[in-house]
Amino acid sequence: MAISINGQDYALPQDPRTSLLDFIRGEARLPGTKKGCDHGQCGACTVLVNGIRINSCLSLAVTNDGDEVTTIEGLGTLAAPSEMQLAFVAHDGFQCGYCTPGQICSATAMLQEIAAGWPSDATADLGAAPALTDDEIRERMSGNLCRCGAYANIVAAIRDVAGENA
Amino acid sequence: MRPFDYQRAERLEHAAQLTGEPDTLALAGGTNLVDLMKLQVETPQTLVDIGRLSLGTIAEDGEGLRIGALATNTATAVHPRVLADYPVLARAILAGATQQLRNKATTGGNLCQRTRCYYFTNIDQPCNKREPGSGCGAIKGIARIHAVLGTSPQCIATYPGDMAVAMAALDASVEIASERRSRTVPVRNFHRLPGDTPEKDNVLEPGEIITAVTLPAPVGGVQLYRKVRERSSYAFALCSVAAVVDLEEGRFTRADLAFGGLAHKPWHDPRIADLLIGSEPSLALFDKAADLLLEGAESYGENDFKIPLARRTLAAVLCEATGVEP
Repeated sequence: MAISINGQDYALPQDPRTSLLDFIRGEARLPGTKKGCDHGQCGACTVLVNGIRINSCLSLAVTNDGDEVTTIEGLGTLAAPSEMQLAFVAHDGFQCGYCTPGQICSATAMLQEIAAGWPSDATADLGAAPALTDDEIRERMSGNLCRCGAYANIVAAIRDVAGENA
Repeated sequence: MRPFDYQRAERLEHAAQLTGEPDTLALAGGTNLVDLMKLQVETPQTLVDIGRLSLGTIAEDGEGLRIGALATNTATAVHPRVLADYPVLARAILAGATQQLRNKATTGGNLCQRTRCYYFTNIDQPCNKREPGSGCGAIKGIARIHAVLGTSPQCIATYPGDMAVAMAALDASVEIASERRSRTVPVRNFHRLPGDTPEKDNVLEPGEIITAVTLPAPVGGVQLYRKVRERSSYAFALCSVAAVVDLEEGRFTRADLAFGGLAHKPWHDPRIADLLIGSEPSLALFDKAADLLLEGAESYGENDFKIPLARRTLAAVLCEATGVEP
């Protein structure tokens, strides 16, 4: 019984109250994932579980055994940053940086969701492939708050990465 | 969070047996329950993880569709059959929460989510739903998000969800299993009004597990979900309308409407369809429909606005569905 985080296995926690977020930060010693509200409202704790973005603060780690978790540390490194990480730097998609790991995990998964054709509340035609408009990006990123208000540059960074892959 | 005993149910029968015990709750996606446990609003002694049961399938069900209780909100909202045949359901789900939450939240869990009443979620406040007999803080307190239909002197909380409102308009059914029996309850009858027992949100008994929601054969028509909220994303409905409407020769042949944000349950009043069917759409008719909807409505100061808001939202949706000029 183990949780895989960025390809490394960790034994499940003894205390079932441990959130996946606390497990990532405390047991796995990966401090990139941030605790903001701890109630699923801010998105700072966003990670990918089996490739799907979720709020790690609302998942009990004991329920994640057998899952493959990817955190910001698993998306890129200082030596080899991901395309999305580079775009956030290029576009100044942050000020204090606290929400940034969650924003980047969320944005990375979001582009996969668009590629898979998942509609959003901003999608006018449910039958058509969603277009990556600014309205779509804003709606799809509404689970990630930035109290510095770097939203305009976050949208620009995401648009940039999406454009290169379009 | 209070300590609890964690058990994982391997089979449905096991889950039903475990959840029949006192002070025991079932955990599915956890997006609401884990939050409430952190707030100590929910303090189960035993938590039964049902998340690994094989209840996540979405499959054809005759001409209809059967959505497994553990199908995520995302899986339902992006399912080709839902998008093609039940767009009001896709729209309602997509109007709720965030992508991260919809990716984790389940169909059964969404039905069982609890009110966002501020007094319910704050254990320092009185709340008859959380602690029967302690009083209702909202009735003379901060009641902006609260109910105007079907309230009781004990509780004016709302059912907060969107998904179930669309399911009520579509006349979907909830499949429920326990150790001894299985039964099917229309979504329209699944949630309760608060009455004198506001601690009971719905008709589920201890030891009962939701296994699926079934959607009847598609009916087509115009399907709309209009949600009015404080901001344009990630906020609960102050008022919402799910509409499945059809016209022939300029007259209503179908008018299945359900309302969110107004009551302790998704609100469905069959008299509205009776009024509309056979009639030509007009603003005057929509106003009569609102008269029926809001007959007996009662507000509590801060939520007075919900009564005119519901009237106007109903008219706006029916205008959009029928082409009547607002």
